[in-house]
Amino acid sequence: MRVSLFVTCLIDAMYPQVGVSTVKLLRRLGVEVDFPKDQVCCGQPAMNSGYHDAAREAAAALIKAFAGSEYVVGPSGSCVSMIRHYYPVLFKGHPLEKEAKAFAAKTFELSQFIVEVLGKDDLNAHFPGRATYHTSCHMTRGLGVVDPPLRLLRNVRGLELVDLPHREDCCGFGGTFAVKMADLSTAMADEKIDHASEVGAEYLVGSDMACLMHLGGRAERRGESIKVIHLAELLEQGTRPERLEESGGPARGAAAPGDSAASTRAKGAGRL
Amino acid sequence: MSKAAILERIDEALRNERLRRAVRKATDTFRGGRTRATAEFDDWDALREKARQVRAHTIQHLDYYIEQLAARVRENGGHVHFAEDASHAVEIVRRIAAYHGVRTVAKSKSMISEEIHLNHALEQDGIEVIETDLGEYIIQLAGETPSHIIGPALHKSREDIAELFSKLEGEPLATDTPPLTQVARKRLRDIFLKADMGITGCNFAVAETGSITLVTNEGNGRMVTSLPRVQVTLMGMERIVPRLEDLDLLLALLTRSATGQRATSYITVTPGVRMEGEKDGPEAFHLVIVDNQRSSILGGEFEEALNCIRCGACLNICPVYRHIGGHAYGWVYSGPIGAVLTPLYKGIEEWGEVAQASSLCGACYDVCPVKIPLHDMLVGIRRTSVQAGRSKRSERLIFKGFGFVMSRPGVYRTMLKAGRLAQLPFVRKGRFKSAPPPLSEWVRTRSLPSLPKRSFREIWDKGLDAGEERGRGV
Repeated sequence: MRVSLFVTCLIDAMYPQVGVSTVKLLRRLGVEVDFPKDQVCCGQPAMNSGYHDAAREAAAALIKAFAGSEYVVGPSGSCVSMIRHYYPVLFKGHPLEKEAKAFAAKTFELSQFIVEVLGKDDLNAHFPGRATYHTSCHMTRGLGVVDPPLRLLRNVRGLELVDLPHREDCCGFGGTFAVKMADLSTAMADEKIDHASEVGAEYLVGSDMACLMHLGGRAERRGESIKVIHLAELLEQGTRPERLEESGGPARGAAAPGDSAASTRAKGAGRL
Repeated sequence: MSKAAILERIDEALRNERLRRAVRKATDTFRGGRTRATAEFDDWDALREKARQVRAHTIQHLDYYIEQLAARVRENGGHVHFAEDASHAVEIVRRIAAYHGVRTVAKSKSMISEEIHLNHALEQDGIEVIETDLGEYIIQLAGETPSHIIGPALHKSREDIAELFSKLEGEPLATDTPPLTQVARKRLRDIFLKADMGITGCNFAVAETGSITLVTNEGNGRMVTSLPRVQVTLMGMERIVPRLEDLDLLLALLTRSATGQRATSYITVTPGVRMEGEKDGPEAFHLVIVDNQRSSILGGEFEEALNCIRCGACLNICPVYRHIGGHAYGWVYSGPIGAVLTPLYKGIEEWGEVAQASSLCGACYDVCPVKIPLHDMLVGIRRTSVQAGRSKRSERLIFKGFGFVMSRPGVYRTMLKAGRLAQLPFVRKGRFKSAPPPLSEWVRTRSLPSLPKRSFREIWDKGLDAGEERGRGV
């Protein structure tokens, strides 16, 4: 199977290691990955701020960039929700309406793709530590993807997954909201970080780098020791061949030939 | 309300730890109740959809149902008045009060009376106006406005209330709930008996019977509609259900969504006026149907906002409301529904900024018993505001640039490289130490990593295993 990576502009510009992890993870699952070079941004910041013409401009370019792809997979619940949920609305009555709908139908969030399309929820990963998962709003409510990331995490050996209290509450990122109403946005992050600390989590795992940039940035400013990590990074690090040996289990078809992850140094999880 | 004004209100709320604690506590209780109550149904969402359809049908045929309602009320012996706006509505109630020689008014909870600032106008006419809903009574004593649709004094702690009541009684009172409610009970009992006019709001008016429905937990609604000789009911023109049997569905959703109760302690359905052969009830009943901008929303993009049944569930679930309470929103309606209704009722040009007070998390839509897409409406209001030219020039420029860059991969690539150079004066040890606006607002409270040496696309170009991906270049 072949998929096109939609890396998202935030990961491309700020957190390239999450994109790298996504590619390596997908390859390890036996998926061929390409990267259409003309992709930039889904347009969500403009859309949510009320600049729908600018959003449409960015969106039209993205639709074009992925015109030849069969599956599009992105490591962001929010950006994928923008495409699946809002592109058909944004292009209603527009010459690109058909293309927008087709693009929406073939685009998947990473964990959604792994669980629902590939049909795998146990990647035979090993990642020691105590973690809690932040359910990002657009991914759960907009996209309707709730269980896939949790199923993947529950099957990670060595990982103690604890519930995050008030997990339905937004972290406070909210796009331009984060700078337009910075103090309010920060108050929301503070409560989220408090909850993660309450349950003694070492890792705060998420499927959206925007939330994690916000939460990690606030945690660091507060001097908290909690580490934020994207699900793709955790799963990629957890499925590296050396980790599989540590866990003592055979790689149940998880590692694909030609994977050279062993040559990369295992680094500490996303210190943002 | 200007951007500076709303930011100031938010700041004030964020600094008030007592308020935030009270709001968290109350909304957690409401949330828990709602979750338990909705879980009793196999298919809560199917009920929501049915209710949405009832509301949408009613709003789409509002002219028909208003006429039907008015005809039935008149047949029952009541009077019907139509008010175009707030001042018209106030004028109508003042005239009714003057006509009947009213000196004391007992009020049960009515959001629309807050909307039109009724109490103040009546008091200027020398009429004593007393709120009889406990929450409303508390905020009337405090000289405040409601901070929540169903819990107007929800922002007040027990200590706040004890202070208020101690002042009223002229002696220090303990902060226990029973003695405090006793104070209100004793004082309000006299008001109920003394009042010559009762003013109520209206949860639902039933078009086919001409009756009005009040949902309360304190029984004050029943006192107000049965003891005074004159009754006035104020209702927004959208607050109608076609048939009595529609109440079954909507009340089931309303009380569960609001407090998690299967039914509130009192549900009153009354024709307003004393019917033939009845021993008590008002001699005269006046129904005031208020437009106040509602008709301008009909038939437009935001029509579904009129489907609201005022349960407050969107306030209780809202992570923004949770931290700032209701007053920060600047007008009578708060939370997500307030952030939508306020600009619509008061004008997007002046009040559009309220719609920025949302992270667009969509929790409001999830809990809305009539499925109003509030998060999409907030975006719609932002868009309308931008189209009306109300956004800042600098912001318009940013998004013009955004559209240009994000639709041109080559330009985007160049901008990334330029960004790595441009950030240098602001970066130390891989973190932004300062930044130009609007990024400065981020850096003020949160750390922000600098742009890494290579973007993902540059790493991809060189091959993922070329060793570039290790660090973030920090």
